[in-house]
Parts: sequence; C-alpha cells; structure tokens
Amino acid sequence: MMTNPGNKVTQGQFSFLPDLTDEQISAQIKYALKNHWAVSVEYTDDPHPRNTYWEMYGNPMFDLKDPAGILLEVNNCRNALPNMYVRVTAFDSTKGWEAPRMSFIVNRPPNEPGFRLLRQERDGRSQGYSIVPYATDRPEGERS
Amino acid sequence: MLDAIAKGTAAPDESVDLQAEFEASNIDEVMDKLDRELVGLKPIKTRIREIAALLLVDRLRRKFGLTSGAPTLHMNFTGNPGTGKTTVALRMAEILHRLGYVREGHMVAVTRDDLVGQYVGHTAPKTREVIKRAMGGVLFIDEAYYLYKPENERDYGQESIEILLQCMENNRDDLVVILAGYKNKMDRFFDSNPGMRSRIAHHLDFPDYGVSELKSIAEIMLGEQNYRLSEAAAKALEEYLPIRMRLPHFSNARSVRNGLDRARLRQANRLFASRNRVLTKTDLITIEESDIRGSRVFAEGKLEGEPETKAR
Repeated sequence: MMTNPGNKVTQGQFSFLPDLTDEQISAQIKYALKNHWAVSVEYTDDPHPRNTYWEMYGNPMFDLKDPAGILLEVNNCRNALPNMYVRVTAFDSTKGWEAPRMSFIVNRPPNEPGFRLLRQERDGRSQGYSIVPYATDRPEGERS
Repeated sequence: MLDAIAKGTAAPDESVDLQAEFEASNIDEVMDKLDRELVGLKPIKTRIREIAALLLVDRLRRKFGLTSGAPTLHMNFTGNPGTGKTTVALRMAEILHRLGYVREGHMVAVTRDDLVGQYVGHTAPKTREVIKRAMGGVLFIDEAYYLYKPENERDYGQESIEILLQCMENNRDDLVVILAGYKNKMDRFFDSNPGMRSRIAHHLDFPDYGVSELKSIAEIMLGEQNYRLSEAAAKALEEYLPIRMRLPHFSNARSVRNGLDRARLRQANRLFASRNRVLTKTDLITIEESDIRGSRVFAEGKLEGEPETKAR
C-alpha cells in the first residue's frame, strides 16, 4: 500500500511535483515579491506534519526587489545543510492575513525514510494512531 | 524571421535593424531626459552613450548566437561635491534597466553605516543584506572611501570590502555597484584596495561646473519650483556665482541650490514686509534683484580682498 512510492514528504505547495529547478524557484519568489510578502528560508530535520515552526536560516528578507538575493540564500542553506528539509516561506503582513501565503520545499535529504505508524491501546479496546518520522529516531545532535 | 532571430538562430547573412532595436529600448527618451536635466557633464554623457551602445550591440549579437559574456559595469564616480554623482547614478539605474542589463532598475543608496557593523560578526550579515536588497538593480555607495580606514587596523570596513568584492565578481549579472567619492580620497582608497580598482571598469570623473552651467542649473531648479528670476535678478545671479565659486566650501550645484533657497527666504520676507498691498501671481513667483543682492556672499566676497564688483 504505497500511495507515495518515493516516500517523499508532501507538505506545502508543489510537493507532489518533481523538485523545482532554480528558475522555477525564482519565478515563485518573484510572484511573492510582487505581492510584497516577506520571504524567508527555513530548515528542519523533522518532517512531521505537525512540526510547524522550522528553524530560520538567516534573517527574514524584507525590501527585496529581485529573487536573486533569496535564491542565493536558498543555495547557501542547501550547501550548508544538504541533509535537511529546506523550505521557502512568504509571509503576508497585510491586516486580516498575517500568515504565510506561500510555502514550498526546495531541498530534501537524499534519503527520506518516511514515517512509522504507532498504535496505542486505549480503554475499551479502542485504538489510537499516530505517526513518528524515522528521521527523528536519534537524538537531535546525532542526526544526519 | 523575427522568431528565428529571437531564438538566436538567425543566419549569418540576415540583417538586424539597429535603429528598430534602439527605438524599442526607449533609451532615447532617457538620454534626452539626461541631456535636458543635467547641464554640462560632457565626458559623463559620452561614457553613458558608449555604454548604452555597447549593451545594444551586445543584444543584437546575442540574436546571432554570438556570446561575449555580460560586460562588467561596476563604476566609480569621482568629483567635487555637488557635481551630480548621485543624480547620475539614479539615472544610470534607469538606463541599465531600459537596456535590460539589470532586471528591476531600482537604486539602493548606502553609506558606510549601512554596510559596516559595530561588533565582530555584525558586518558580514549587514553587508550581505544590503547586497541582497540591491540585487536586480544598482548599489550606490556614497563616500565609499570611508569604508577603508587605514589608521585602524581592526576596523570592520575591510571585511565589508571583501564581501563586496566577492559579490561584484560572482553576482555580476545580478547587480551593478557604483562607488562615489571625492577624487583624491577615492584615489587613496583604490591605492590601498587594488582588488577594488581592477574590478571596476568605468572610472568617471565629474568635472566642476562653469559659471554659465551653474546659471542654467539655477534656472532649471527655479523652474521646477515654479519661480523665475527677474531680469535684474538674473544679472545679479551672474555676478553672485563667480564670487561664490571663489569662497571656501563651494560645492557646485548644491551651493547654488542653497543660495536659491536663501533667496526664496528673502523673497518671502520681502513680500511679508509689504503685506499691506495686494499681491499678484507675478509677485509670488518672481525673485527680484534685491533677493539675490541680499546674500552675505556679496559682502564676504569683498571682505576677503576680492576685487570690487560692479554692482552696488
């Protein structure tokens, strides 16, 4: 029962597509900048879907006009952390939104082991289910 | 055929229309604006024309699939205060944008404070942030010689210079760096940073303005603010300028602007003093001789043993 044969983590935009090329990433960032969203680069090694807050790579980038600067950061982050998930987030600060409007993964570890299913016995023979990423099996300092 | 040209597959004997390309780029409009709004500056305008021509020809060459690599366009503007370095830099961003050399055509103007940090490890991110903001446009570093302070060997300016150099080399397609500063100080700056000198292709020296050029500048400035000089005032200004030019701290167009601002003050004061009579529009827009003559320059110019001016 493998609906996602590559075991690719599917989060955010474009995650069912093949990895985006640099030009495609630039085009997406350009769209975000056109809408005056603050774009930032984030990374994590824990792909659990409820892991919302990833670490920031560098400062969030305001007042940029051209995607080249952000692509530069993306590539710096990829080189520095090749075994981590890296995503680009565009935050909309407009009142009423105040939320990320775009978010897509731009780097994945070469090997994505996927998730383990945990079953939990509960009262009255009921079953609880949860998932744990294999990537987080080891303590934080020893991963990757 | 146009399609074939666009794809870079044009046959060698096919012809391309330089004139059409020139018109399509709208560069003419910017050049005219440059000629109209900037007085004098012959060598600068010539160089800008040359750069524009090169970029245009380059674009045509690309259509034939002739690659020649993007030319480096980092520039260094030297000149005395008020000779129009910032104005030209701003215009340069627009020109390069029209020619498709930079993608966005905005200008980020910074000084030492924006690039150099206050403690160890602060400089690099600060400089990088500025560079990222300038990408797709022009990074204009005013008073660039301040970046390097030889008397303090632990100054962080050097770190900033190194990052700049790296970006000027690696991100040549993404941004154009323009340095500006006074001639002798910039020369000293380049002497101690040979890497910087060799990475800058265009060294432009802004000449000082002559009296007649300063006068046309004054007229343009006044015109923009909806003022005009009366005939006598124009004559007074012609006498004012040479005296001002000999006084210390003369900074070309900036001094002219300050002088005119003070003349406006005196005009307002004069109108205010005669407020019992009804003013017309002409009164409001005209700067009279007395407004110019009231300048301290006339008195001070003479105090310093300058020859007596005809005006009394």
